[in-house]
Amino acid sequence: MSLTDQLVQYLVTGVSIGVVYGVVGLGLTIIYNATGIINFAQGEFVMLGGMGAVALVNVGLPLPVAVAVAVAVVTGVGLAVERLAIRPLPATSIMTLIIATIGVSLVLKGGAKLLWGREAVILPPFSGTQPVRIGTAGIDPQRLWVMAVAVLSVIGVQSFFRYTLTGKAMQACAINRAAAQLVGININRMVSLSFALSAVVAALAGVVLTPVTMMRYSQGTTFTLTGFLAAVVGGLGNSLGAVVGGIMLGLLESLAGGFIDPLTGGMVSSGYNKAIALAVALLILWLRPQGLLGRQKKEAL
Amino acid sequence: MSLLELSSVTAAYEGLLALKGISLHANEGEITALLGANGAGKSTTLNVICGLVTAQSGRVCFAGEDITNIRADQVVGKGLTQVPEGRLLFGELTVQDNLLLGAYSRMSRRSRQQIQQDLEEVCELFPVLAEAAHRRADTLSGGQQQMLAIGRAMMSAPRMLLLDEPSVGLAPKAANEVFAKIKALCQRGTSILLVEQNVAAALKIADRGYVLEVGQIVLEGTAEELLANRDVQRAYLGKDYEEV
Ligand SMILES: Nc1ncnc2c1ncn2[C@@H]1O[C@H](COP(=O)(O)OP(=O)(O)O)[C@@H](O)[C@H]1O
Ligand SMILES: [Mg+2]
Repeated sequence: MSLTDQLVQYLVTGVSIGVVYGVVGLGLTIIYNATGIINFAQGEFVMLGGMGAVALVNVGLPLPVAVAVAVAVVTGVGLAVERLAIRPLPATSIMTLIIATIGVSLVLKGGAKLLWGREAVILPPFSGTQPVRIGTAGIDPQRLWVMAVAVLSVIGVQSFFRYTLTGKAMQACAINRAAAQLVGININRMVSLSFALSAVVAALAGVVLTPVTMMRYSQGTTFTLTGFLAAVVGGLGNSLGAVVGGIMLGLLESLAGGFIDPLTGGMVSSGYNKAIALAVALLILWLRPQGLLGRQKKEAL
Repeated sequence: MSLLELSSVTAAYEGLLALKGISLHANEGEITALLGANGAGKSTTLNVICGLVTAQSGRVCFAGEDITNIRADQVVGKGLTQVPEGRLLFGELTVQDNLLLGAYSRMSRRSRQQIQQDLEEVCELFPVLAEAAHRRADTLSGGQQQMLAIGRAMMSAPRMLLLDEPSVGLAPKAANEVFAKIKALCQRGTSILLVEQNVAAALKIADRGYVLEVGQIVLEGTAEELLANRDVQRAYLGKDYEEV
């Protein structure tokens, strides 16, 4: 394989895993903006989407149906989490609410383990395994699925916020709850909707990713943490920033994994790729605390 | 006819009583002023009416219906809309989006076309909002922001508007303009409950008024009566009675 082909491979791998981090970050951002909560169960929504689809295929559902049902079920889980774990708690204590989401993530993780065991499971690829040629490099078509679904999720979410009144109402909640209530917006309904929306994008990402990387009950935590890092590096609260941050992390991880070993003459093993991505992320935050696309908070009067 | 009526309303923040039994009424078609110093409980009164603060006891009635402690987002639907202290605009959204969100409570009941019509009407009332339709709300000047806050509230087509210190922080010219608009709104048929610290300006446009001191109504009367009252003159109009 030529160096260019290798580079193309690493780029595709990096972007396709990066967009997943980005979509997790996007989901985190949606909930964060509506409530101020960091939802530590976000990665579990990804895991449940993937493992749910596998379970449904295993009971004999055709793939497209399994995918649709899995996403719908995870959306239901998202709504239930908000209803059972978030809403009963006083909205004034953000820390309590965040701890509640950590509890939820443990419950969902434990439930998945009970239901489906410890083994990693895999979903059949959506359109075969025949590599797609880009120049001389061959690309796994499922990775193109991942990218396409992620791009559509981002466009969908952005359009929702930009062009629909409900989306604007959700932004209004984020800007000022009291003012939102004073124009007649039902805060509970908006918070509910934010959990549903972010569960949808997470589940979709989990479903398309599973044929590439397989899925295991314990994988949610990694998604949450990387997604959170993506959101913070991109500028917490900025949904495009989360996606940009995610892609950057994915690329760093993949390129470091591919090139750090040969570049350093074996001094730094490619196993450090995630640590390298993290280090760069921290460096960025050190230089630009508000994140890549984040705006500096204006001083309150 | 009295449109809004509070009877013996009490409210507290963390056990500290902020309203110690407020009774007042605001008539249909009139401007009712609620006056008092900082911390008297004016905003708390409005927030109890709107459902943002819970009444501990007492009753709030609007148009003959008991609306005590119903959810804030439902109060708007009853025809009672607050323009809050500090305006609380959706600063990152455009002027037009702020106005459209003002009509949020009616979106399910009214057609897009009707909302568009209301939007044009509000823009006629506040021409500056039409000019700035696509600008972010937080780029407007203070006076313009207050117009937007009032315009946003008007988009809910309220029977009564509750205004919390609309003139605060404005230059005299902009403040006068705001008071003129409030008067105009009342003449167009919207009843008004006006909270102000600018007592002279408020009483100039008001029909009746109340004076609130540490959570209690201490004075009530027509605007003329209040303007002529010695205590009001001394405490709020900066006139030393002995010299008059
Ligand atoms: N959110 C709050 N928490 C605790 N105390 C409050 C709060 N809001 C107002 N207060 C207190 O309640 C009293 C009345 O306040 P407020 O209604 O805002 O007065 P006004 O609007 O007349 O200036 C004041 O003593 C104030 O300190
Ligand atoms: Mg006040």
